Amino acid sequence: MIGADAIVKALSEEHVKYVFGYPGVAICPFYNSILNSDVETVLVRTEQNAAHAASGYARVSCEVGVCAVTSGPGATNLITGIATAFADSIPLVCITGQVNSSLLGSDVFQEADITGAVESFVKYSYLVKNVNDIPRIMKEAFYIANTGRKGPVLVDVPIDIQNAEIKKYKYPEEVSMRTYKPTFVGNFAQIKKVIKALEKAKRPVVCAGGGVILANAQDNLIKFCESKNIPVVSTMMGISAVPTSHPLYFGMVGNNGKPYANRAMNESDLLIMVGARVADRAVNQPDLITENKVMVHIDVDPAEIGKNCGPTIPIVGDASNIFEQINNQEFECDTKEWVKQLNSYKETMAKKRTPNPEFTDPEFFIKTLSSKLKSDSVYVADVGQNQIWSCAYCDVKKGGRFLTSGGMGTMGYSIPAAMGAKLASPKKQVVAVCGDGSFQMSMMELATINEVKAGVKIIVLKNNYLGMVREYQHFTYNDNYSVVSLNDYPNLEKLSKAYDLNYIKVSNNGDVEAAIKDMLSNDKTYIVEVLIDPMDIVKG
Amino acid sequence: MHTRVIQLLVDNTSGVLSRISGLFSRRGYNIESITAGVTADPRYTRITIVTSGDDDILDQIEKQVAKLIDVRDIKVLKPKCSVYRELALIKVRCEASERQGIISMADIFRANIIDVSKESLIIEMTGDQEKIDAFLGLLDGYEVLELARTGIAGLSRGIKDVTYLD
Repeated sequence: MIGADAIVKALSEEHVKYVFGYPGVAICPFYNSILNSDVETVLVRTEQNAAHAASGYARVSCEVGVCAVTSGPGATNLITGIATAFADSIPLVCITGQVNSSLLGSDVFQEADITGAVESFVKYSYLVKNVNDIPRIMKEAFYIANTGRKGPVLVDVPIDIQNAEIKKYKYPEEVSMRTYKPTFVGNFAQIKKVIKALEKAKRPVVCAGGGVILANAQDNLIKFCESKNIPVVSTMMGISAVPTSHPLYFGMVGNNGKPYANRAMNESDLLIMVGARVADRAVNQPDLITENKVMVHIDVDPAEIGKNCGPTIPIVGDASNIFEQINNQEFECDTKEWVKQLNSYKETMAKKRTPNPEFTDPEFFIKTLSSKLKSDSVYVADVGQNQIWSCAYCDVKKGGRFLTSGGMGTMGYSIPAAMGAKLASPKKQVVAVCGDGSFQMSMMELATINEVKAGVKIIVLKNNYLGMVREYQHFTYNDNYSVVSLNDYPNLEKLSKAYDLNYIKVSNNGDVEAAIKDMLSNDKTYIVEVLIDPMDIVKG
Repeated sequence: MHTRVIQLLVDNTSGVLSRISGLFSRRGYNIESITAGVTADPRYTRITIVTSGDDDILDQIEKQVAKLIDVRDIKVLKPKCSVYRELALIKVRCEASERQGIISMADIFRANIIDVSKESLIIEMTGDQEKIDAFLGLLDGYEVLELARTGIAGLSRGIKDVTYLD
């Protein structure tokens, strides 16, 4: 058995179903070994999308996503995907080929110091120097990626190590790392303090971040909120922690969020921030948010607590466990008035758009689309105006998922991530909603999607502009548009033909219902071109 | 702005020092000095970092460093219950006539003269940073040709918070 066989065997031990990647000489031993296993491979068309596809797969399957690429440019192309996963705490194991270990550091062909380059975007990285370390390293890589605050781990394997004979292959049953021991259970004394604060609170609110979903804490959170009648808002990454139509859900916070969600957070006297980084787009002035209130901060990563704002009651641990611990306690909350007040804010502060009737209104389209989707569907939003509209108008039902690149804001995420999501759950409806800018950043994956027969519904909100930047230039530079026009290319109908995909055009609101019905009537891949007003703005 | 001395016990793996120094540079934390050396158990390296910032930043530094997978243990070495030492080598231009003056100053500071040439001598001294700073202040009238300081290494006093290695 050689090193490459050992890596593949480790993948089987971890029950990995798919490896997303792109080969090159330095990773060829691995791709040769994988032919003798049950692990399926997906050839993406550029490496960045291997990481995005693995990310989509990981988020929907709740397992670790795996990608494998070659050394040098293969590895460096992966970096944006790794950074995207890191920013959203998505568990990935990224395997990179590397030049012969005796040549390391001599700038030979396709050599890149990838462990050095990704240092700030990975949870951990390994450069394998001894073939006999492979079973331990692979075990640790999967363990680190998928425990504590999840994230990407990179394993860089020189080609000679992949080809070297391994003395004895034994996959460790347990991980024993002296230096890495994440906290799972919340400190009981802190939980008691939270209960006391809840009993006193008149205006409590939970702000759910992506950590709620990563910890699979949705049910325990909903149970907590329903039993004590506590309202919830969410960050962008926290969308789908609670069904969006839940009577206690008051929308996404932040400068692109709902005004009444921000108001709920600001006027609360007890804010329970859970699995959220309190980053600038969600909380504009984190130092002010803690004024006049008790703030509880629940996070599995102790470094997140107190990073951007000082909590009154910090709790380190797994969000699901902590809500279960809280739910096990007996206490009462009186929030009737507060919820009533928030509902009146919701009624009076909801934004009204004035759509241009010549085009399709994105609000109408997204509302109609999400209402027609089955409840357990996966909605993947890209980055740009499409993302903000999706956050605002997508109705995520119970069991549904809403995926997007929240932390890094990586354009081109939706198509490969949707492909990964579809492979993780072939029976679910998966839609990718992107703009014509973000579509073109990953449209090469149409070939991959067709090849793996992933029936993904790709919605392109087409306005011939990089809309988000155009909108920024509209407000900030007095309509002096610079480098934002996409000039009506490509012709999506012809492109669909080139890739043998179904195509529907939606010119205005009148076309919407029929198009969605058609698209959802089967499990084929569709490109739906939705013409929207180029001058439309999200800050309407 | 406060100064804090942090002592780390880390896995003796390749790249560990760059992971730690990289964390400081990318998050904009200050490193005033950093020393590293293997411990009695060769699986581990002990690192002493002197850092500065306001209290929030210093707390964040501790948390971010503790989060690194290679870091087994992190301790703050408080001045009252710790000892710090730094080694400094100081090369001073010095004619034969000036030698005696410098040597007697070095004696008072319990420093050693470890090299003498016609025009210079090298002084070796250990102590905490204040002591070395004070001695350098005394050398004001002389020309310091080269100075090499190691940065401090430190340990806490007593056995109360010793990390026993398995």
